[in-house]
Amino acid sequence: MTVLALRNVSKSFGPIEVLHGVDLALEPGEVHALIGENGAGKSTIMKILGGFLDPTQGDILLDGQPHRFSSGPQAEATGIVVIHQEFNLAADLSVAANVFLGRERGGFRLDHASMRTETVALLDRLHSPIDSDALIRDLSVPDRQMVEIAKALSRKARVLIMDEPSAVLTHREVGTLYEQIDRLRGEGVAILYCSHRLDEVAHLADRITVLRDGRVVRQALRGELDENGMAAAMVGRELQDFYPEKGTPDDTIALEAVGLNVPSEVHDVSFTLRQGEVLGIAGLVGSGRTELAEGLVGLRSATGEIRLNGHLVTIRSLRDAFAVGLAYLTEDRKEAGLLLDKPLRENLTLATLERFGKLRLDIKAEESALDHATQEFDIRAPRRDMPAGKLSGGNQQKLLLAKTMLPDPRIIIIDEPTRGIDVGTKRQIYAFIRKLVDEGRSIIVISSEMTEVIGLSNRVLVMREGHIAGELSGARLTEENIVRLAMGVSSEAA
Amino acid sequence: MKRLDLHTLGPIVALIALVILGAMLNSSFLAPANITNVLARSAFIGMIAVGMTFVITAGGLDLSVGSMAAFLAGVAIIAMNAALPSLGANWGTIILGMIVAIIGGLSAGWLNGALITKARIEPFIVTLGTMGIFRSLVTWLADGGTLSLQSELRTLYRPVYYGGFGWITWPIITFAVVAIIGEWMMRHSRFGRHVEAIGSNERVARYSAIDVNRVKLMTYVLLGLLVGLAVVLYVPRLGSASGSTGVLWELEAIAAVIIGGTALKGGTGRVWGTVVGVLILSLIDNILNLADLVSPYLNGAIQGVIIVLAVVLQREKSTADER
Repeated sequence: MTVLALRNVSKSFGPIEVLHGVDLALEPGEVHALIGENGAGKSTIMKILGGFLDPTQGDILLDGQPHRFSSGPQAEATGIVVIHQEFNLAADLSVAANVFLGRERGGFRLDHASMRTETVALLDRLHSPIDSDALIRDLSVPDRQMVEIAKALSRKARVLIMDEPSAVLTHREVGTLYEQIDRLRGEGVAILYCSHRLDEVAHLADRITVLRDGRVVRQALRGELDENGMAAAMVGRELQDFYPEKGTPDDTIALEAVGLNVPSEVHDVSFTLRQGEVLGIAGLVGSGRTELAEGLVGLRSATGEIRLNGHLVTIRSLRDAFAVGLAYLTEDRKEAGLLLDKPLRENLTLATLERFGKLRLDIKAEESALDHATQEFDIRAPRRDMPAGKLSGGNQQKLLLAKTMLPDPRIIIIDEPTRGIDVGTKRQIYAFIRKLVDEGRSIIVISSEMTEVIGLSNRVLVMREGHIAGELSGARLTEENIVRLAMGVSSEAA
Repeated sequence: MKRLDLHTLGPIVALIALVILGAMLNSSFLAPANITNVLARSAFIGMIAVGMTFVITAGGLDLSVGSMAAFLAGVAIIAMNAALPSLGANWGTIILGMIVAIIGGLSAGWLNGALITKARIEPFIVTLGTMGIFRSLVTWLADGGTLSLQSELRTLYRPVYYGGFGWITWPIITFAVVAIIGEWMMRHSRFGRHVEAIGSNERVARYSAIDVNRVKLMTYVLLGLLVGLAVVLYVPRLGSASGSTGVLWELEAIAAVIIGGTALKGGTGRVWGTVVGVLILSLIDNILNLADLVSPYLNGAIQGVIIVLAVVLQREKSTADER
């Protein structure tokens, strides 16, 4: 008897449909793995199942009956518990207080003893040595994960939804996690398990659902799908004729990084970038891609050698990077890229104000720079003096690109060039990248969209856990190979 | 050019209304002597508030300025008295006192800024701490009483507060110059643009190759300099300093900045608005003293209402923007 199911569920955000007619059924005593690339719709499904989002169309069936949650807490009352990737723990409260948060025992006076005893029992079950009186802020990330699991156990869950629970655990703790999952499965709990680690999916899951672009593309039972099969099913797309033809890089090495380290993020990374080359960097979110880029341009402290055109350079700040012709376009357009409440002109020139007047800023020169930028990068703004935050995502990105190009860098690192922008603007951005390369500049593109990295890059570095897991080019530059390297599946298909 | 909406004009409208009200209530309100009095008394808070505008616009805060002024006044007086036997009662001694006040202001501002940017402590906490330290130091230097400038020096120094060109006295001139330079810096200099960018979003500023810590430090140093300048003009007024000098100046300066339309969360600075804010606060005080309508003891209450009102108006503006 199915506990919780989605029947033909679709979900739209504004005009964009992100889930298309998804069917999914969670059976008691079964571990159901949900896998897919970034942006395939996994988290939307988890939010709908957990009662945090309503489907636009279709039904949620609880014990076979159509059901609509009004809120997440109500979903919890019906025995559906979600363990989020970002923990829902109050940092200043104790472990026991967190486990019982919102369901405290006792009347007017809290029954501390009973809550503490039960927390200790739950943690014992998890073989976890955490003190029930410790404050969450003093715990390590894996310990916090254990508290989340203890909290879920205490809620007597019928359905447990776990979003990459093993991502932050050590090897030994993962073992305990698997044990607990086995135990919960034995008790008849239905478990939805989202993970990027295909090896653990193969090990744990009784049933696998593969999601791609908001659709269920494959459902399989244990043993029907091996890791390579999963990777192929997750990707399974043809490259459309969407990207400009790739350029031919020179033989000159524009940038060489040797033994680059960013403390606890990036370990011993070496690579070269040729003039006129687009070098892609792929990898899962959190694999150290952005940290590598920020280390290169001086936004994070890094050690290692950086050579530009054969000359050793020292980059301690972004200003140093600008001085040697290196620029970085951030992935976080709204929080690190643009001042959303300031007009276009002030955003465009913010990083290069010293070019616009020594003592008094030359606003006329800034205005003409804006004219030039709006033309060159086709920035469409209803009014010149409007705040940048009122522009569409695509136009914000073009403004940010114009801002990044204003110091006239020779090497540009573009982090997520097309995140959250429409298809038309994506194409434009790809054309700009090609144009920059034709001008003899070199570009590093960091992207979570695999088609994008493949479609744009001459070569691709795949990062995993702060290391470069491999380099792909030519015929070996395929999504399957990127997924294998990014997820650490060792065997490469011939 | 930005459209002038009611929100931007609000402080000016309020100022004009106050002037009209004052003129109606008391005929001597518009007399040159009274205008000189109001403007000269505004000058101390005014110069400090101009500096405070930069600090707040960059997302900071400085609660220590009132105590800092008292401390600097005390130190300057001690320095001049100590130099009197060797240098004599001449301008050399007084200029020495001025230099002590200015350098002291720069150093005190640097101390606040360094604790905030280098030791990464909240501005509120740092300046709450230094507020207590400066206040306590001046009380200690005065041994609980009053530090007084020697009478020969006091006579010589007096014209710096009371003199000038007719009714335009030196404090008024200095305040005007500081206000004009401050307005220019906020609008037309790279420093002003960087200050606004940091207050608007510090992370964006950092990712735009702005040396965020240096700019923030400079806002506190600038404020310290202006506190020093205010002290240079304040000492000749009474010729003394004590533990109760400059009490609540910090709150008056912050209030003037807020009334003038600078957002307390930072990002948008209006130096001219601050000047209007200072004048509004002084006029309320002056009108209450001249007219018998309301007791002057209610001055603080009326100022409080105006501060809250100004912030409410600001918030309505920003929620209207979001729609």
